Amino acid sequence: MKEERIKNIKVPIFTAVFCIGLFFGCQNKESGNNNDLQKEKVRPEKVMATNEDQEIAVEPPPFTEGIYPCNDCHSDIVPNPKRRKLVDMHDSISAIFNHDSANRWCLDCHDMNNRDSLRLASGKLLSFEESYKLCGQCHGDKLRDWKVGVHGKRTGYWNGKKEYLLCVNCHSPHSPHFKALTPEPPPVRQEDIN
Amino acid sequence: MEKNKSRRSFLKNISLATFSALSLAGCNMKEIDEFLQRNFKIMSKKEKDEIVRNLELKYKEKYNKEFHVSDAPAMDGVSFGYALDLSRCIGCRRCVYACVEENNQSREPQIQWIQVLQMEKERGVDFAHSDVHYNPEKVPEEGHFYVPVQCQQCENPPCVKVCPAKATWKEPDGIVVVDYNWCIGCRYCMAACPYGARHFNWGKPEIPEKEINTEMHYLGNRPRMKGVVEKCTFCIQRTREGRYPACVEICPVGARKFGNILDPESEIRYILENKRVLVLKQELNTQPKFYYFFGV
Repeated sequence: MKEERIKNIKVPIFTAVFCIGLFFGCQNKESGNNNDLQKEKVRPEKVMATNEDQEIAVEPPPFTEGIYPCNDCHSDIVPNPKRRKLVDMHDSISAIFNHDSANRWCLDCHDMNNRDSLRLASGKLLSFEESYKLCGQCHGDKLRDWKVGVHGKRTGYWNGKKEYLLCVNCHSPHSPHFKALTPEPPPVRQEDIN
Repeated sequence: MEKNKSRRSFLKNISLATFSALSLAGCNMKEIDEFLQRNFKIMSKKEKDEIVRNLELKYKEKYNKEFHVSDAPAMDGVSFGYALDLSRCIGCRRCVYACVEENNQSREPQIQWIQVLQMEKERGVDFAHSDVHYNPEKVPEEGHFYVPVQCQQCENPPCVKVCPAKATWKEPDGIVVVDYNWCIGCRYCMAACPYGARHFNWGKPEIPEKEINTEMHYLGNRPRMKGVVEKCTFCIQRTREGRYPACVEICPVGARKFGNILDPESEIRYILENKRVLVLKQELNTQPKFYYFFGV
């Protein structure tokens, strides 16, 4: 009876050990790969995991001309992780930067080793097409509303395919406050009708 | 001679005279047909098809373009709802002009289905102190918020109750529509509407030939005549095809939300279930299907 029980236990124990081994093995492999891949372009997973094929992303807004890919310049520059105000390059961004500027700077969102990708707080690299995940790290409530279509704009079909905009289509990531607009003309006043 | 001056002979003569005058004036048969056509609500499929076809020809003649006039009925299991985020609207009036263009509203005299009211934050929603003519350099203005008002598509519409001609009614998908051919222009509905959402064609509506929207619906954006009432139809020509209304798609801040209230997965249902919503003049029991909410 006792022997039989031990025999029965052996199988699950073996499986468990195997799984643990597999887990560590894979992890090592992954972290090894990570370094090699770092300079390659990070591809987006699925644009929005929550919704099926009913939703399609519109193009992210264009970069400032001549600025992307960043690695064209940055691959020759030794990264400097010291927090500082940029003066010689990207000074147009420094001039407008207003996004918790007391506490944050470039490398809180841009990856130090691969400037062509963004970087989550977890260290995970992110393509620019998926920037909403980066925004969602702090603005979780907005991300939640955006995913269900309450924050931001959707166009297309109320009962079918919808197009949605990324956060950065409306909010400049370096100065996210929505900019004031010039209003369209007011209606004619009654006294001005001839 | 004396004997002939009875009421009967008078009526007989006058009707004969009218008939001959009509035929002499060469009044074309289509116009007579249009004058005598039945209410859209009780028309048969055949009648509708014919009327829609005639309208397409008529507009083509007038504007030198191909037109498509739809008579699409309400979809099954659909009841439209609209939500507007007061915390987002900046009062830029993009919606007003997108609506004018989409729905072929008269440019001169000016008719606009959407009115954006500027209100003071200190007073809250207070129509008596609102301003529709605000015109600063940039919006939003400090200390103000904006409440766009258009037809609230009431579940219990007072405008429908007062119409003596049954020219306006609520469709199964909740859109309150007008059959412009049946409207007699008495404007009772305008007096009954507590939201100022109905507009009267005091003059002959003018739409520039190159700006006219050729995708039309009989109950929606087809050109109106002088002397009839018109109003927002949730862009019936778009929404019955599954598309969003024009005001939703133009809004630069994404304040406008639209969908099927009966669909639990829709944005509009999410808002009704998860946000604080309000309707205008709730105490009147009009039960609007146009909700205002605070997204933040």
